Amino acid sequence: MHALLISLKSEFYKSRKTLAFWAAILLPLLICSLIAFGFFSQSARMSKVHYPAEALWMMYSGSALSVMGMLILPFYVIFMAFSVNNIEHKNDTWKTLFAQPLNKFSIYAAKYLYAVLLIFICLSLFVLLTYLSGNLLHLLVKGYNFNEVNPLGLLSKVYLKLFLSSLGILSLQFIASLIWSDFLKPMGIGFIGIIAGIITATKGWEYAYLIPYSHPAMVLTATKGKEPQVFFTQEIYSSLVYAAIFFILGYFIVARKSMK
Amino acid sequence: MSELVIETRGLNHYFGQQKVVDNLSLKVQKGSIYGFLGPNGAGKTTSIKILLNLLKSQKDTVYLFGKEINSNRIKSLKRLGALVEQPAIYAHLSGKENLINRCILLSINKRKADEMLALVGLTEAADKKAGKYSLGMKQRLGISLALLSDPELLLLDEPTNGLDPNGIIEIRNLMIELASKHGKTILVSSHLLSEIERIATHVGIINKGKLLFQGTITELHDLSKPTIEIEVSDIDRASEFLKSNGFEVNTIEEKKISLMYKSAEESGKINTLLVQNGFTVSSIYQVRKDLEHLFLDITKNN
Repeated sequence: MHALLISLKSEFYKSRKTLAFWAAILLPLLICSLIAFGFFSQSARMSKVHYPAEALWMMYSGSALSVMGMLILPFYVIFMAFSVNNIEHKNDTWKTLFAQPLNKFSIYAAKYLYAVLLIFICLSLFVLLTYLSGNLLHLLVKGYNFNEVNPLGLLSKVYLKLFLSSLGILSLQFIASLIWSDFLKPMGIGFIGIIAGIITATKGWEYAYLIPYSHPAMVLTATKGKEPQVFFTQEIYSSLVYAAIFFILGYFIVARKSMK
Repeated sequence: MSELVIETRGLNHYFGQQKVVDNLSLKVQKGSIYGFLGPNGAGKTTSIKILLNLLKSQKDTVYLFGKEINSNRIKSLKRLGALVEQPAIYAHLSGKENLINRCILLSINKRKADEMLALVGLTEAADKKAGKYSLGMKQRLGISLALLSDPELLLLDEPTNGLDPNGIIEIRNLMIELASKHGKTILVSSHLLSEIERIATHVGIINKGKLLFQGTITELHDLSKPTIEIEVSDIDRASEFLKSNGFEVNTIEEKKISLMYKSAEESGKINTLLVQNGFTVSSIYQVRKDLEHLFLDITKNN
C-alpha cells in the first residue's frame, strides 16, 4: 500500500506540469464556459420561452453531456492512457522505474489509478462547473429560473455512470499505450473503436455492450430513454468487467515487458 | 575470503536464440571498484540489467549481498543505486525535480536533492529543464540519482560516456572517493581499458557474453605483458648486443627494438648498457597492449 501511494504521488509530481494533468481541469472549464457563454448570449431569446426549470437544466447540462459523452470523453480517456505511459516511453525511464525497490504491481497500478483519478477529477469538475455556471446564469439573467430545481443529484449520477462506463476503454487503451510508444497506434485503434461504439450504441444494436467504446454513448442513450432510474445497467457492468480483465492483463504485459 | 556483494553462478541469458550472457560467474568483493570491461555488445549492459532484476535470471544464479535476487528483489534493490545506459531523466522536469521525484519514490527527505546536486556540481543548473542539459550534465544527474539513496553498491554502466576530460576526472575521483572513504562497492562498466585501469581494484573482462578474465588489477597487468620499445642507432648490432647480454628481444623493426618489460630498473639498465657501449638511444618507452591486443592474448590463453 505504501508503495502504491508513493508511486501515485510520484505520478502526480511527474505530470503536474504536463498537458495530461491540466487537461483534466481545462477541458471542463473550457466546455462549461463555452456553453455558459452560449446560454448567456442567447438569454433574450430563451427567456421568452419560459422553460420550466427542469427542462432548462436538461438543455443546459445536456449540451455538455452530449459532446462529452459521445465524443470528447472517449478521446480524453485515450489521451490519458497514452499520456501516463508516454512519459516513460519518451524519456526511456521504464527500466529505471522498475529498478526501484518497489513492488512492480504497485508501480503499474499507480499509473492506472492516476489515469482513473484524472478522469474522475475531470468529470467531477463537469458536475461542479455545470451546477455553478447554471446558478451564475440565473444571477446574471433575470429570465432564467435555474434556482428552482437542484440538479446536483441527477447530474452526479449521470456523470458517475459516464465515469464507470469509460473504465473499460481506459484499460484497453492502457494496454495499447503500454505496448506501443507512439501515439498513432493506440489512437488509431481508439478512433476506430469510438466510431464503432457510437454507431452501435445509437443504432441500439443488442450486442453493443460488448464493445467498450460504446459504453459512454449507451449511458447517454439510456439516460434519455427508458431506464433512467437504474444505476447498474448492462453497459456499466460490462465496462467494469472489461476494466478488470484488461487491467490484470496489462500487469502481465508490464511484468514481462522486455527491458532490452 | 572477503564478502561478496555480487555473485553470479554460471549465469546464462538469451535474446531469442542468441546467447548474450554465457556461463557468467562474476565475483565482486565488498569495497572494491570492479571494472567490467568489454567491447560494445559484449553483454555488459545485459548483465547489469540482470543484476537489477530488469531481465529475469534463472533461480540460484544471481546473488546480491549474499541473497538470491529473484526472491529478494526489493531488499536487494534498496541497497543499490544504478545508472544504466543513457541516464533515465524526465526531460520536462528540472534537474532538481528529477531528484525530488526519486526522493518521493525512495521515501527520502527532499533536502537530499540539493546535497546531490552540489556533489555532482549541478547546483547552478538545478532549476534548468533536464532536457536542456548537455550530455555530460545528464550523465552527472544520472550519477546523482544513483547515489541518492546512499547505496552500498553502485552499478554504473559507462558513467563517463559523453563527459569532457574534466568531467571524466571528476567522476573518476568521485568513484575512488566513494569506494575508499565511504566503503562503497562499485561495479563500473567500460569499453576503455585505460579508463578502468585508473580506478579499478578488480577487473572482469567480458566478450561475446563470456567472462574471459577476472582478477585484481595487478593480475591483469601481469597478463597484459607490457613491452619496452627502444629507438637506437645501428639497430641490428644493438639487437645482437642485447641478446648476447641475456635479454630476450621480441621484434626488430626498421628503427626500434621491442623487448619484454620487466621493471623500471631493468629498463634503466638496458639504457645504460647501450649508451656505455657506444649506441645512441634516441628514445626508450614502455608500451602497454591496448584492449584489442589484450583480448587476443586472453582469448588465446583461454
